[in-house]
Amino acid sequence: MSDNLVKLTIDGKTVEVPSDYTVLRAAEVAGIRIPRLCYLKDIHEQANCRVCVVKIEGQRGLKTSCSTKVQAGMVIETDNKEVYDSVSGTLELLAGNHKFECWKCSRENSCEFLDLLRRFNVENDFSNAKLFNQKEIRVNQSSDAMVLDSSKCVLCGRCIAACQKLSGLGILNFNQRGSKTYVGPALFHNLEDAGCIYCGKCIQSCPTGAIRAVDEVKDFERALRDKSKTVVVQVAPAVRAALGEEFGYKIGTNVEGQMFAALKELGVDEIMDTNFTADLTILEEGSEFIDRLTNNKVLPMFTSCSPGWVNYLELYYPEYIPNLSSCKSPQQMAGALIKTYYAKKMNKDPKDIVSVSIMPCVAKKAEASRPEMGRDGYRDVDIVLTTREIARVIRHRGIPFRDLEPIHPFGVLASYTGAGSIFGATGGVMEAALRTVTEILEGHSTPVDFEAVRGLDNIKEATYIIKGQPVNVAVVHGGRAIKEFLERMKTTDKQYHFVEFMGCTGGCVNGGGQPIVSAEIQEKVDVRARRAKVLYSIDELNTFRKSHESEAVKTLYAEFLGKPNSHLSHELLHTSYRKRIPYSEVLK
Amino acid sequence: MLENIHILICGGTDCHNADAKGIRTEFDRQLELHELTGDAKTVITGCMGQCEKGPIVVVYPDEVFYANVKPEDVEEIVTEHVKNHRPVDRLKIKEPIDYKKIKNYSELKFYSKQKRIALRNCGSINPTDIKEYIGRDGYQALGQVLTEMTPLQVIDTVKRSGLRGRGGGGFPTGLKWEFASKSVDDQKYVICNADEGDPGAFMDRAVLEGDPHSVLEAMAICGYAIGANMGYIYIRAEYPVAVERLRIAINQAKDYQLLGKNIFNSGFDFDIELRLGAGAFVCGEETALIASIEGERGMPRNKPPFPAVKGLWGHPTNVNNVETFANVPVIFLKGADWFKAIGTEKSSGTKVFALGGKIMNTGLLEVPMGTTLREVIFDIGGGIPNRRKFKSVQTGGPSGGCITTKDLDTPIDFDNLVNLGSMMGSGGMIVMDEDNCMVDVARFYLDFTVEESCGKCTPCREGTKRMLDILDRICEGEGTLDDLRILEKLGNMIKDTSLCGLGQTAPNPVLSTLKHFRNEYIAHVVDKVCPAGVCSKLTTFSITDGCIGCTKCAKNCPVGAISGKVKEKHHIDASLCIRCGACKVACPVNSITTKPMGWEKEERHV
Repeated sequence: MSDNLVKLTIDGKTVEVPSDYTVLRAAEVAGIRIPRLCYLKDIHEQANCRVCVVKIEGQRGLKTSCSTKVQAGMVIETDNKEVYDSVSGTLELLAGNHKFECWKCSRENSCEFLDLLRRFNVENDFSNAKLFNQKEIRVNQSSDAMVLDSSKCVLCGRCIAACQKLSGLGILNFNQRGSKTYVGPALFHNLEDAGCIYCGKCIQSCPTGAIRAVDEVKDFERALRDKSKTVVVQVAPAVRAALGEEFGYKIGTNVEGQMFAALKELGVDEIMDTNFTADLTILEEGSEFIDRLTNNKVLPMFTSCSPGWVNYLELYYPEYIPNLSSCKSPQQMAGALIKTYYAKKMNKDPKDIVSVSIMPCVAKKAEASRPEMGRDGYRDVDIVLTTREIARVIRHRGIPFRDLEPIHPFGVLASYTGAGSIFGATGGVMEAALRTVTEILEGHSTPVDFEAVRGLDNIKEATYIIKGQPVNVAVVHGGRAIKEFLERMKTTDKQYHFVEFMGCTGGCVNGGGQPIVSAEIQEKVDVRARRAKVLYSIDELNTFRKSHESEAVKTLYAEFLGKPNSHLSHELLHTSYRKRIPYSEVLK
Repeated sequence: MLENIHILICGGTDCHNADAKGIRTEFDRQLELHELTGDAKTVITGCMGQCEKGPIVVVYPDEVFYANVKPEDVEEIVTEHVKNHRPVDRLKIKEPIDYKKIKNYSELKFYSKQKRIALRNCGSINPTDIKEYIGRDGYQALGQVLTEMTPLQVIDTVKRSGLRGRGGGGFPTGLKWEFASKSVDDQKYVICNADEGDPGAFMDRAVLEGDPHSVLEAMAICGYAIGANMGYIYIRAEYPVAVERLRIAINQAKDYQLLGKNIFNSGFDFDIELRLGAGAFVCGEETALIASIEGERGMPRNKPPFPAVKGLWGHPTNVNNVETFANVPVIFLKGADWFKAIGTEKSSGTKVFALGGKIMNTGLLEVPMGTTLREVIFDIGGGIPNRRKFKSVQTGGPSGGCITTKDLDTPIDFDNLVNLGSMMGSGGMIVMDEDNCMVDVARFYLDFTVEESCGKCTPCREGTKRMLDILDRICEGEGTLDDLRILEKLGNMIKDTSLCGLGQTAPNPVLSTLKHFRNEYIAHVVDKVCPAGVCSKLTTFSITDGCIGCTKCAKNCPVGAISGKVKEKHHIDASLCIRCGACKVACPVNSITTKPMGWEKEERHV
């Protein structure tokens, strides 16, 4: 190995690094933090922004450290006056076309661009100069989930690369050119119609607020102040594993108790837990699977809790719609129960209930607005807030999150088993389902842990012998892996029985609505693993770890639904899907 | 029976647009009418260079050069010249300076100082007939290379010739080929960059229209040298004539087995395909061009890795410009030493220029490297029209800079032009006279780059736009001395940090005019005057004592701002004047001025 190492000098320090390192990486080895903006390790290394420039002795001009490979004997200065002037000049150019409305920006405390402007103390003379033209502002808010706003965009290209490399889609690209360049689908077309699945990888990659989830904070705040309404909130499993990051906790801290306390402080009337409906999903989906397996119906069965994945299937592989479980996602199951079961129990008119969900997800916003997700003219879920949005509300209200005493939720649909909590991580739905399905089919107590479906491999496969029959399962997450798996499935002879899909890599813990982790930290920490660990430890500490052991779920069936896949369950908890064609509006 | 008289009709784009085809049809009709079809034949050729004077017709063997030929002139040429061997004096081309009529073609000053290597066949053969190219030793070099030489010897020959890339940068071609040949891969590519985009440049178009086979032959030679079996010509769709002739040429070469499998029984296969570009200037940058061929958005990529290592679809690729390729076959036919002997020590061979702007002979020319700018502009170009004074020549298009009178005697080569703050570029050469405002000229070129920037990197996308904003502000009379400092600062930053050549050179027109014509900038920002009278908000028209009282200015003024008696000095009422400049155009004695008295005498350094 040693002959592959090269020695070079960076800011007077000598470092020895592998010869395929970039100057940026070598500087990190030397403990030097070179500023960067468009660089997103392994995703976007195109050197667009020119913020990471350094001076290399003997070379003309300045070189971008993210794209320049080290060479033996290089002498590099990362922070001399020339570099400083150049970087602050570049940032000033970007600032000249940026619309600063930081007080209402979704990225108020996670803006990488703002951090750089502060670090370089950048002037902003260009934005108000006489006779200087600002670029045309284009805002694409044609979807229920996401907004593209060119006025905040610094054209770094990170979202474009993320869309290509993480979701495997390439919905976003540059349009026009030169100073007129803007990011969006072709012709700035409606995002949904352009084939976007709302996984939100672009949002997570954006260094500013140019791509954001549709903001529903104001609706939430107004509902809280409406005396005629009962505000019922449900919180998804993955939110508690990440919300703490917005309040300075280390990545991978469980803040469940404080989260509920904060919601109480905000004044919501009832707190439910989506973990409860996760358990319920297992009973519905598990029963559906057993039915398909024992009665020779369409197999493999695909899970349906991730709306990003459902979008993906409807848009790109509609031929597999019959394989998709008819179960609604836990969010929509909870929403339906809140407006029916809960309303009846509390003797309230469903129209007077504002059902709010707090989700790690952007696609959930679009899911809640699907026409089939409601009845009698009302929606089952009225407001969907992302983890980031609820954090903003808590912060803006001045609630001292870190000092709150943890509480337990007080709603009727709030208790859960360990199986419900792991829904938020890739493999979690599969594991929860297997825990219940094997026990029901075998007719006796079976093991709890299904290690093979855990972890961050893009495609995980396992075979379990259930009642003497091999059952082939697979777990797939992220748009790229979905495509890879489905294409492989088309050609292979292997009969899969049950496949879990999630639109985001890592599952919901890494959803598009979760707190944003800066590019620099993303490089060093696998956020997905840290957050997933939280969910698995909640699971481990729970007395009940199988969904069918949940007393609350049993009560619900006894009081209301009858049994899994009953007529009423079908009416409230199941749904249907439709084939969609990208750019169909243009093709018309 | 072979025809004795050949009537060559220029079919370059300008002559083509001036209905060269119609002229030919008329010739054919007239020849038949006068029963001369056995004696004379008509040929459509490539560009002859005198583009402004088209359509051009040359009658061989007399070498008589007719300019601005109209269909109604054809009958006279046929009856007088072809039938009775009496050239038609009326239609002969004239020297622009002394209006001397020229007896034959080679006598014309425009041609006498030229040396045509890249354009050797342009204007003298029928580009749609491979036999004519073969008749001029075409494909002989390829045969020689494939049957007698090893790839290493081929590369060595090109290296020894000293040929440098004609697309702008001037990188040694042999070295480039060597890099590509050393990359190990089963698949390699040769790309011909025909995405000529500089405003006013049409050298490559002329070569492709007039002599497409020379490029095909050179690409095959290059393929043999580097180990590639596939070539692409990336040409802009705005060149329909060139595209058409290339298509014909490729098909003919395939029919003659000069492209395809086992060429000259050597076991070497080579194919060429066309790829049409949509006309983005940045696609002339080789990595952006490669991205475009791959079907991606035409945006440049970081170098390294260079295309020679990782190019088209990740395979080693050699990209050369059209003119560079056009030189290659000759190097093999006449030898590397012969080529090396032409031009200067570090820049061998010739260079084709597209001459335009304030010049008598607008057109295409090819001169040995080392020819001075003065020779090109005043001897070949015929000097400045309308008795105006030469001010500056812009070379290198939007990437180049302006060169002033004091440097006119500089021999043209790659390095000298760079030292003058300009560059060779692809060969556009725009001449400017005293009526050109240098701030406006800089603004014109920058406007072009701002339009054509791909938008990928920050300095080029945002920085050039801000520089343009500042120039707009200066031309509007709102500029300050501080603006000049910001222009320099921004310009240098953009040069230092842009991703590709487009951005790295985009500030050159501004920086070079700021250097050479700083006084003019200062006049704009301090005195609020545009000395050339171009920036309308900064222009005051007045009439000098040279006025002869002809009244033409007053008659042409659309707002009646000019008064005066016949044969007496006229006067412009500044409060009525709308600064349209109509009077200046109308004045026969150049007595309308926009210059404030005496401003240019003072040298100011701010």
